Amino acid sequence: MTTAVAASSSSADRYLARRRRHYVLIALTAVLTCLSLLADVAIGPGQYPLPAVVAAIVAPDSAPATLAIVVWEIRLPVALMAVVVGLALASAGAEMQTILDNPLADPFTLGISAAASFGAALAIVLGVGVLPGGEALLTTLNAFVMAMFASLLIWLVSRLRGVSVQTMVLMGIALMFFFNALLGILQYVASAQSLQQLVFWSLGSLSRTSWPKVGIIAAALALTLPVFFVAGWRLTALRMGDLQARAMGIDVARLRLLMLLCCSLLAATAVAFVGTIGFIGLVGPHIARLLVGEDQRVFLPLSALVGALLMSLTSIASKTLIPGVLLPIGILTALIGLPFFVSLIIKSRREVWG
Amino acid sequence: MTLTVEALSVTLGRTPVLQAVTGLRAVPGEVTALIGPNGAGKSTLLKAVAGLVRYHGKVHLAAQDLAGLTHAERARRVYYLPQESTTRAALSVFEAVLLARRTTHPARGREDLARVERLLHTLALTPLAERDLGQLSGGQRQRVAIAQAIVREPQVLMLDEPTSALDLHHQLQVLAWLQATAREQGIGVIIAIHDLSLAARFADQLWMLGAGGRVCATGSPRVVLTEARLREVYAIHAHVEWPADEPPRVTPLAALNALGGTDP
Repeated sequence: MTTAVAASSSSADRYLARRRRHYVLIALTAVLTCLSLLADVAIGPGQYPLPAVVAAIVAPDSAPATLAIVVWEIRLPVALMAVVVGLALASAGAEMQTILDNPLADPFTLGISAAASFGAALAIVLGVGVLPGGEALLTTLNAFVMAMFASLLIWLVSRLRGVSVQTMVLMGIALMFFFNALLGILQYVASAQSLQQLVFWSLGSLSRTSWPKVGIIAAALALTLPVFFVAGWRLTALRMGDLQARAMGIDVARLRLLMLLCCSLLAATAVAFVGTIGFIGLVGPHIARLLVGEDQRVFLPLSALVGALLMSLTSIASKTLIPGVLLPIGILTALIGLPFFVSLIIKSRREVWG
Repeated sequence: MTLTVEALSVTLGRTPVLQAVTGLRAVPGEVTALIGPNGAGKSTLLKAVAGLVRYHGKVHLAAQDLAGLTHAERARRVYYLPQESTTRAALSVFEAVLLARRTTHPARGREDLARVERLLHTLALTPLAERDLGQLSGGQRQRVAIAQAIVREPQVLMLDEPTSALDLHHQLQVLAWLQATAREQGIGVIIAIHDLSLAARFADQLWMLGAGGRVCATGSPRVVLTEARLREVYAIHAHVEWPADEPPRVTPLAALNALGGTDP
């Protein structure tokens, strides 16, 4: 019996210890995200003390009426929006990098964000809707439909026989230039007023947030994250290369389609409500990969949480960097995320991507 | 369970790669070496048996036609290990082997971990257990891939050039170990291999493919590996020796030109 214990204190135990460290890291990131969310709610133009804000979140009925309204109607939806958008963009980026076998894949590089921007521009500049009805949500709906259309195009190309993932990536990049060109045309013909509106939209902003919008992104997450978790082992196996994954019994083409659909839904929903927010979908997964590797059971949750934490921290920064001015969050994500990312790349012994 | 291949043809694009390959049998507990010159269709044959390329013909495992199984069920019984893995996945060796187990078998917690650990120990991979796949040498990665194959417990295991990236020590070690695994676990092991001396030494049966994707010979190494046949199929002049107290030796002496002579 003692020999069995002694023998098992080797690689299996070291694996379990490593796994435990990964789970601790995930829990820690979750706690930090909650703290950042709280700070995001507490910080704002009206100088309310933190305990009062916490009390207003927990028991809005017993809090002063103005404070309860500021917290529940204004700050909490925005702060939560930052978190759910971070979760959505980073998990979409993580799975896009996985299925396309490409470290640069994210909703931005594949033209999905560009397509969404073009859809929004159609609404803002020309007042044209791609779907009939939905006047109130014209911009959002247009952005969503165009983003889904772009990913459908990428998928259609991938269905052609003998098309490699590299071709899919190139197709995505071509789409990005195509939609940017169309966007350029619209910008060129736009009136000064609608141009300003368009620029503001494309910078990405949390300021038009409402509870229903937060709810819709949360619903998209509730729909897709379980799919990612169920496919976890298959997605990890995909990193062994297509041929070996197929030899392991995985229907690679079907898995890729399912994941592309889920990623598009997440990215399109997020981009439709908050505009184009870059870097999070790219850097969240990279940070997670450097910290815990690519076993999806830890890689996916950590990617999503790192994305949420970065978005939440950026939301705080967008209010505090210039007192009294709310900067569009899309401008700041790269500025905030980059130093953190670079320091990790330099410190880590793990290569970012082979 | 015995694997049999009858009238198997594969066409890739418009090129016929295998033409009515027939009469192949791989018996449990035995090592079968698949030999033949470059382009004879060795890899394609193995991929067809695994269901990774479209084919016409019959591939049976005992009485079961493998074409009647789902892709996942087929992959559980018949596993193909590709020639070269270029993966740079950020997975540790332990995680990669556990992954291979989990893609066929439901999770069994501690039992799975113990199985992976034993296998890593047998293949001398324990010191590398925490290493990322991307940090391994070609030979180390090859051994991890073999561990990934064995941990799935297939009934037929097909390995495409498993020794190509290995040094001499590991070539002998891996082949002896595959032979022992075939015997102990009753697995049918099929190895595509270029080194005919190693094939003669470790295989119970040989399948020899020739140009145009046809079967040239099957049977025991002594029957298949004759100097006349090597001249015909490989276009080489070779010595084949079967010493009583040493492993068999196939020594290639000269490449023959189209006229049957040797080039200067």
